[in-house]
Amino acid sequence: MPMERGRRVRALLYSARFRAAVYQVVVVAAVVALGWYLVHNTLANLAARGIATGLSFLGREAGFDIGESPIAFEASDSYLRALLVGLLNTLAVAVTGIVLASLLGLTVGIGRLSRNWLVARLATLYVEAVRNVPLLLQLFVWYGLVTALPGPKQALQPGLGVVLSNRGLKFPLPHWHYSYVAVLAALLAAVAAALVLRRWALARQNRTGQPFPWLPAGLGLMLGLPLLVFAAAGAPLDWDRPVLAGFNFRGGATLSPEFAALLAGLSVYTSSFIAEIVRSGILAVPAGQTEAALSLGLTRGQTLRLVVLPQALRVIVPPLTSQYLNLTKNSSLAVAIGYPDLVSVANTTINQTGQAVEGVAVVMSVFLVVSLSLSWLMNWYNAKVALVTR
Amino acid sequence: MTVRPEDLVRPAAAAAEIEEPSAALTAGPAQPVPLLGWARRNLFDTVPNTLLTLAALWLLAEIVPPLLRWGLFDAVWSPAGGAAACREGTGACWALMGEKNRLMLFGVYPYDQHWRPALATALVVALLATSALRRFWRPWLAWAWGGGLVAVAALMWGGFAGLSPVETAQWGGLPLTLGLAVLGIVLAFPLSILLALGRRSDMPAIRALSVGYIELVRGVPLVSVLFMASVMFPLFLPEGVTVDKLLRALVGITLFTAAYLAEAVRGGLQAIPRGQEEAADALGLSYWQKMRKIVLPQALRLVIPPIVNQFISCFKDTSLVTIVGLYDLLAATKAALADPDWRPFFVEGYIAAALVYWAFCFFMSRYSQWLERELAKGTRR
Repeated sequence: MPMERGRRVRALLYSARFRAAVYQVVVVAAVVALGWYLVHNTLANLAARGIATGLSFLGREAGFDIGESPIAFEASDSYLRALLVGLLNTLAVAVTGIVLASLLGLTVGIGRLSRNWLVARLATLYVEAVRNVPLLLQLFVWYGLVTALPGPKQALQPGLGVVLSNRGLKFPLPHWHYSYVAVLAALLAAVAAALVLRRWALARQNRTGQPFPWLPAGLGLMLGLPLLVFAAAGAPLDWDRPVLAGFNFRGGATLSPEFAALLAGLSVYTSSFIAEIVRSGILAVPAGQTEAALSLGLTRGQTLRLVVLPQALRVIVPPLTSQYLNLTKNSSLAVAIGYPDLVSVANTTINQTGQAVEGVAVVMSVFLVVSLSLSWLMNWYNAKVALVTR
Repeated sequence: MTVRPEDLVRPAAAAAEIEEPSAALTAGPAQPVPLLGWARRNLFDTVPNTLLTLAALWLLAEIVPPLLRWGLFDAVWSPAGGAAACREGTGACWALMGEKNRLMLFGVYPYDQHWRPALATALVVALLATSALRRFWRPWLAWAWGGGLVAVAALMWGGFAGLSPVETAQWGGLPLTLGLAVLGIVLAFPLSILLALGRRSDMPAIRALSVGYIELVRGVPLVSVLFMASVMFPLFLPEGVTVDKLLRALVGITLFTAAYLAEAVRGGLQAIPRGQEEAADALGLSYWQKMRKIVLPQALRLVIPPIVNQFISCFKDTSLVTIVGLYDLLAATKAALADPDWRPFFVEGYIAAALVYWAFCFFMSRYSQWLERELAKGTRR
């Protein structure tokens, strides 16, 4: 029966599933072949240059110093520890940058919507001026400005004990006192109590219709309880102020010029994008919602808090997530102004060991992990504020 | 029925008037308002608003006069006195521009040949301007781009008809920035279409590869991609084969941009109703016929504004090639400011470079907004 078989073969050749399988096998084979070719070349090149492969270099002595580090680091520590310092520096600037950029962006975004003509124009000017200029250029300007500040002897002192000089930004910090643990514990207890209060208040309102001002009460609790404990401990406030000693300042907390420039650049640049996101989010809530809420007798504050913001957040959160991710990734521009972030430490490591593949792989996997966890966190929050449909 | 963002915006934009009926009543409709009345309604109508206005005015009074004094009245304009004249003055040193403008604009390209990059830049800007107008969206535009880019490359390289050859290592300044941005987008575009189609494919292996590539690239910073391109690219190739530094950076930018562009294209693909594909299937079109003749022409029209936005961020991102040692506009500016005589006037130099970037980005983003409205005209109810 050759005819029967021919037809079956033809049916197989023309079947969508068979073809899909063939295409996929071909594409995957091509990708694998390309990958093998690249790996083969790389290994050959590395062997020719006498560079070892593998991650064993991580345990070796780094031999270079790092300008600033949240954990103790010396040149005799390992490359692994150096990279860890870089990662912590990256996280430090990213987290503070996200907080500052959000606050600044929220202010400017609301400013753009202000009924006040002058304020709206100023906010627009800010957004258009900042977001159309490359971040790297802005960083160079910030760094130039910070390092062009006068030396410690002629340092600017804008008040409150803050000192601005070309050695960085220094500010007073209270000396550590054991009672601060109790104050912190009081704060945590107050937060927990406020959450319980909110639950109870909402449950009672659902049951009886009687509202309870849980928000002011909770905030008062969170502010009052720690203050009470602080006062009970005798208010042990002893400021550690920066004072000029020789050629530099002693005492107080310090933001290095590099950190300050990077933080300023990242926050300002990202805030212009966040402002636009906030603005479009608030505009996306139809005016009828506000009118309906006001006609139900809600106050302006309640309308904003209970009606407008929850709906605006739905529009705001997804693009906000990608701005946070952008800020974190952009923190790698630190390498251009000499802040020892992960990329900059990895760069030094690559230059010293020649192990470019491993170094780049470490950087990329760390950024992937950070990006994925941040987007997971924001997705979780987004799921909480998202519209629940039937 | 879909709700488009502009539908939501319109009622909200009217909210300002609705929220403040008193102001609308006192002024009356559509009367020419004298300046004083306008100021009272917009700046001083309530106590908080008045305080806000006063705060803004105070801010302006603090910033604007010193800025004008520095930038205009006390500034040194003539390059005749050199850096010494600037050091004596208290204002901005715009003389820097007269001294260093060629270095900032064209980098280390041979000085007597600067007309070549200048002409090349003008050609690219003219091509961009032509492509901006819908009336020129014809097949010949693609040929014009092809011919234009060949002409630009020939001008820059030289080595024929009496033009002295110039190596890519000497290219720099604005032409390099523009070239990297334009080529980055043009080369990334086909790749991004393949990736977007792959991400929406029914075949699991192809989808996994596309998703993997897109998410991997979008998860890492451009700086590390550029480092990879400049450090690892030579390792990937067989021994003895070397690749030009500029080409390596271009490959990095292209691969990076493709991932972002692919997501924009995917957005366009998702907006095409399923019925279009089903109708194409029912007519017996093959996959590629279906995509080429039915789906992509509709989807790509939708993604033109996002592509322009991607071009803007690509244009800004090219400044990162400074870090891997290429002389783009930013790096050339930095090099000009490395001169110890002029170093104190770095702010002026960066302001000049920022203005160039700003002009390109601002007008492109305005264009993108205009285009979005223009293209939506046909579908608006």
